[in-house]
Order: sequence, then C-alpha cells, then structure tokens
Amino acid sequence: MAALITHSPILIIAIPLLAAFLTLPIGMASRKARNVLVMVSLVFVAFLVFALARDVGINGIHVYTLGAASPDLSIPTGFMVPVRIILEVDGMSVFFSIIWVIVSLAAAIYSFSHIASETGQNRFFTLLLLMVTGGFGLMFTGDLFNLFVFLEIASISGAALIAFRTKFADTQEGGFKYIVVSAIASLMVLFAIGLLYAQYNSLNIATLAQLIQYTALDKIALALLLIAFAMKTGMVPLHLWFPDAYSVAPASITGMLVITSHACMYAAFRICFTMYGGVINAPVVGWIIIIFGLLTMFVGVTMAVFQKDVMRFMSYHAISQLGYMWVGVGVGLAVLGNPALLATYGRDAMSGGIFHILNHAMYKPLLFFTGGALFHRTGTRDLTKMGGLAHKMKWTTILYIIGTLSISGIPPLNGFSSKILIYESVYQFHPILTITGIIVSILTLASFTKAFHSAFMGAELPEYKEVKEVPRSMIIGMVILAAGIVFVTLFPSLIVDWIIHPAADALIDQGAYINAVTGAIP
Amino acid sequence: MLTKIVRTVANQLILFIVIFGLYVIVHGHITPGGGFQGGAVIVSGVVMLLAAFNSQELKKTLRERTLSIMESTGALIFIALAFAGIGTVFFYNLLVGTPIFGRVPAIGPGPGDIWTGGVIPLMNFAVGLKVIAGLSAVVLALALFSGGEEVEE
Amino acid sequence: MMEHVPLDFPFLAAALLVGISFYIIIFKKNLIKLIMGIALLASGVNLFLVSLGYRAGGTAPIYTDVPEGPMVMSVPQALTLTSIVINVAVLALMLTMVIRIYRHTGSLDSEKSRRLKG
Repeated sequence: MAALITHSPILIIAIPLLAAFLTLPIGMASRKARNVLVMVSLVFVAFLVFALARDVGINGIHVYTLGAASPDLSIPTGFMVPVRIILEVDGMSVFFSIIWVIVSLAAAIYSFSHIASETGQNRFFTLLLLMVTGGFGLMFTGDLFNLFVFLEIASISGAALIAFRTKFADTQEGGFKYIVVSAIASLMVLFAIGLLYAQYNSLNIATLAQLIQYTALDKIALALLLIAFAMKTGMVPLHLWFPDAYSVAPASITGMLVITSHACMYAAFRICFTMYGGVINAPVVGWIIIIFGLLTMFVGVTMAVFQKDVMRFMSYHAISQLGYMWVGVGVGLAVLGNPALLATYGRDAMSGGIFHILNHAMYKPLLFFTGGALFHRTGTRDLTKMGGLAHKMKWTTILYIIGTLSISGIPPLNGFSSKILIYESVYQFHPILTITGIIVSILTLASFTKAFHSAFMGAELPEYKEVKEVPRSMIIGMVILAAGIVFVTLFPSLIVDWIIHPAADALIDQGAYINAVTGAIP
Repeated sequence: MLTKIVRTVANQLILFIVIFGLYVIVHGHITPGGGFQGGAVIVSGVVMLLAAFNSQELKKTLRERTLSIMESTGALIFIALAFAGIGTVFFYNLLVGTPIFGRVPAIGPGPGDIWTGGVIPLMNFAVGLKVIAGLSAVVLALALFSGGEEVEE
Repeated sequence: MMEHVPLDFPFLAAALLVGISFYIIIFKKNLIKLIMGIALLASGVNLFLVSLGYRAGGTAPIYTDVPEGPMVMSVPQALTLTSIVINVAVLALMLTMVIRIYRHTGSLDSEKSRRLKG
C-alpha cells in the first residue's frame, strides 16, 4: 500500500493512458468489456487520487522523479540542478485532481448511453481517456515543457471529441474554433518556454522559481503565458470561441471542457504564484486579473440573457462564473506582497475563489448534462421549441433545480458558501467588486428561472408525448455530481479546512515547493 | 492511377524507402533519428504509393483494421516497457547491464555502439510502429475523404 | 562565412514569421489560409527554439566521432522535435474539420460558412 502511494502520481497518469490504448482492441471484441474497462480504470484512479490526497495532507509535498534510482532522487550525486522529468504534487494539484477524477468518472458513465447510437464509439472512449491523461499530467507536472505537452494532449483530444458528431456542420465549426484557439495558445506557451530556457537553462518550475529575476524578457514571457492561459479559459475579450465549442459538443464532453478550463486556470496560478512568486509585481498583475475578471463576469451573464439554445445559454453562464474565480484569486495575488493584508482577507479571497472552482466543477457539468438529457430525448437544443417536459422527465427536472439553485448562490447550497466567502473578503479590498458580484448573481438566477420555465413548465406539448426519462447510465452520471453538491452543501467547513485552505496555502508558500525538489536528499 | 512506368518504379522504390526508414528508427540512440523521424520517412513512402496508385487500390492493401491494431500494439509495447521498471521507478532503464542493448558506453566522443541504450531502442521500435500505422491511416483517410468517401467504424 | 551573418539573424527571421502569421490569422477569411497561418506560426516558433541553442563555433550534439570544440545545446532541439510532432497532429485535425465544413456548407469563407451566431 505504501508502495502504491509512492508511485501514485505516475500511476494516476499512466493507467488512463494504458486503458486508452487497450480500449480499441477490446472494444472491437465486445462492447460490454470496453465499458467495464473504462469504468474500472477510472474507479481505480479515483481511489489512487484520494489516497494521494490524504498522503499529501499528512506528509507534505510529494515528489516523483521518472527514471531515477529512487522516486525522490531529484538531484543525483554530482549534479547541481534537478535532472530528469519530475512530478511534484502539492495541495493545489491534489485539489484539482480530485475535481478532475470525479467529473471524468461522471462524464464516462454518462457517455455510455448518450452516444450509444453513434458510430465510432471505441475511438470516443480512447479520446476521452487520453483527455483524462492530459489533465492529470497537467496538474502533477513539475516542469514547464511537460505542462505544454499535456496541455496539447488534452486540447487535441478535446477538439476531436467536440467534432465527434460528424453529420452536423456546426459541430465541425465549434471543434475548428477550439483547435485553432488551442494551437495559438500552445504556440505562445512554447515561445515563452523558449524565452525562459534561453535565460536560465532550466525547465523545472522549482529551479526557475529560484533563479528568476524580473528582466524584460521575463515580463514578456509572463505576459505570453498569462494571455495564452486566459485564451484557453475563456476570459473576455478572448471568449468568442467558448460558446460555439461548448454548445455543440456531446454533453459529457462539455462537462470535460469545463474542467479543462479549470485546469488551465491551475496552470496560470502555478505560473503567477509559484514560479514568479518572489519577483512578480503583485499589485499590477493582480489588478489586471481583477479587472478582466469583472468584465468576464458581467459580459457572460448579459450575453446569456437572450440566448435560445440551452447549451449556449449555459456556456455563457460558465464564462461569467469563471470571472468569479479570477476575481477571488486576483485579489489574493494583489495583496501577495503584504503579509498583514494577506492574513486578513487575501487568503480568504483566494480560498473563496478556489472553493468556487470546486463548486463550479460540481454544478456546471451537472447543468450541461441535464441540457444533454433534454437534447437526447427531444432532438433539439432550442428552448423555444421545448415545453412541459417536467411531466415526463422527473429526475432531470429535480437535478436541473439543484443545479440552478447552486449556480445562483441560494443558501444553503454550495454555490452560496463560496460566493459569500468571495463577497466578504473582496469587499475589504474594494467594495465595487462585491456589488458587481451580487448583481451578476441576481441576473444569473433570473435567466435560469426563465430557462426552467421555458423548458420544463407549462402544458405537455403534443410532439413530446412519447418522451421518456433518459437512460439509467445518464442519470447515474448526473447523480454522482449531485451527490458531490449535496456533500459540499452539508459539510462546507470540513471541505474548507481539509482541502481548500491547504490548496490556498500551497499557492502562497513558494518556499516549500522549491525545497521539495532542490533540497531533496535521497 | 498514374502510368505503368510510375507504378513500376514506385513498387521498386518502396523497398529502399522502407529500409532507410527502418535504419533511421533503429539507430535512433546514436545518430539523429528515432521513432517519429523514421516513421515519417516510411509514411512518405506510403504517400508515394498513394500518388502512384489511387486511394481505392491502396485501401485493399492497408486495411483500416490492421492499421488500428498495429497502432494500439505500438502504444501498448511502449507503455509496457515503461511499466517494466516500476519495481524501482516508472521509466527506469532496467536493461542497462543485461545483454539486450545493455552495454554502458564510455563518456565522451567515440564510435557509436548500437548495443547501448537499454530500453530506449526498444521504445524507438514501438514509437516507430505507432507512427507508421497512425500517419498512414491519417494520410489514407484524408485521401479517401476528399475523394468523397466516409470511413466508418 | 558565418562571421558575416550577425548572430541575431535567425531571431529576426523567427520574429518576421510570427508577425506574418499573426497578420494572416487575424485578417484573412479563407479557412485554408488560416491553417497555413498556423503552420507558419509553428515554423516561426520552431525556428526560434532551434536558434536559441546555437553557440558560436559549435558542432552538432552527437557523440559519434565528433570533432573537438564546443557543441550546440541539445535540449531546444528535443523541444522542437516534440513541437513538430504535435503540430502534425493539430494540422491533420484542422484539415479534416475544414473538409467537413466545406462538404456541409459548400464554402471555405469563414463568414459564409458560419452557422453559430450570437
């Protein structure tokens, strides 16, 4: 068991990769065997993730060196700098990987029925497992170039999955926009990596954090990296591809894309706080992030109000909720250099932003899955054509109500817990942030109520007379996420103490990250 | 389909291209080259065959099922080699010291010895296999696709 | 001969390629031209990566029968190789999607083939 936990960072990355390439031969033989393989591998990975989370909480940062004589031998005898590919798992990585594994499991189970009538299902699950691998690699990696490679793996698989339904033209358009944006963002990241390597001769994040001085080329590299990751998370004004890609994908893939956006936020935080932490001009960069976060919140919700396509409507809300997270963590970044303010409200603002990431990853994929359930049974995504579906699709209705109450921040659900944490802490930074947040919250509730009324309430329409509830595996996928929401609703302070505060502290404490790699003794 | 001269020359040349590609794959750890580079050379040979014969003819030789299985096998061999050293660490080079590719060369310049490298030449084979199968499938699918046909599962 | 070319020349070429490719991506409407723009951006970044490893008077970083003297840095060459492989996959994917868009909508113009608005 201890050996399993020691090797768990690489096992979490390698087992979905192995399962991805086993899916094709096994799927050609039998469909049930392939479904069992996908589910077993993801459940085993989930078990490993929770075991690793508990171990990191007890024993501190977990370092794994690939190919060395022992897992934590990051600097062999006679070397001055860390060599080999190093995986470094701290509180923040563990937090994101918990989200990633829960939503991947729900998406995989949801997909068993959702795409059951399409061709090319073996390739779908191969690509889904490759996307899962890419995400885990992005979160556990300890050097910049692996960040680039795993980012590309996740993006390419995601784009191929968005364009999965090849009979329609709009899926191809959404997939094309996604892959173009991903390609440009990744090439900008590669350019920045080249700039940093040229100056400091190292790709390891911990070594760069030690060596970095804030020269002009470093500022250019920081700007390129932040713009690239902001492009991938859909920050305004680079958000134009976001609703197109999210609305046409199969619903389980839209859920995976939501958490891919979160993973790119993780990468941005890792760069701002851990790599540039000691030298960054914190107030300036923090304020830039806060301003764009406010813009994102506002533009997202105002564009959502008049949408007719249910998935497009939800994707604009996803944009606006991502703004909340940027504002929360941006406030933390803005006061990073000031220990007194950081202890008063900076850490709480960061915890609020990070907690909002957890809640968003629970309720947003749930809402997209309900939208996919509506599409699965009625064949249309247009809200004006739907009506009266609450009579037949009871489970979907209840899950949609849970999701709506969460996203609008209605107490006692989990959305409220994270939003109140953000409101209280950023109010002390600048009151306008809280006021904008509350206005956006009210508009969110209004638009979701309108959509609920339009799709579910009202008399039964004649063309939907034989609509039944969605298949069981889709409901199980949605219930997993709803169970997560209920768990976070019932125990918010438990979650904050055990998961959120360690994650926020892991971001603020740059020294521990560096020491885990460079001070490591075999 | 092009003229008989082109088809005959292509049939003869493919052998040399495949041999050169395999040379680049096998010598990946001592000269420039390796899995992807050698695989791309062989795929350029496949493109030459695609230009000489048309894609319908080539589809009868390179069946889609064969390419799928070849691709998965290449990837599975790579991951199996990576897992083989999990007793110490993942990706541990456990063939150093053994007779299979296990000689340790002296540090510094010298003539290249092909029996060095440990697990790395075997991984080059696996990656080469995967690249050949994968890129041939891509090239064949694009050719069939723009000719108007859909490649279903 | 190499002394007459200033050492900054490859970086200027890479910057020129990146600049042209951004102009193409932002201002051109044809989808195939957009793909070509991304290929040019990839070439520019790859050129930048390879040229930052150059050390004056260095030889190729291969130990087989190498002459005396310094070697150029080998890590950027490995980064470039990985980047080339990834860009092959990305370009193949983009071309497939453009072929499908053309088949469904009959046009390669990004304005005319647009179905998702608002």
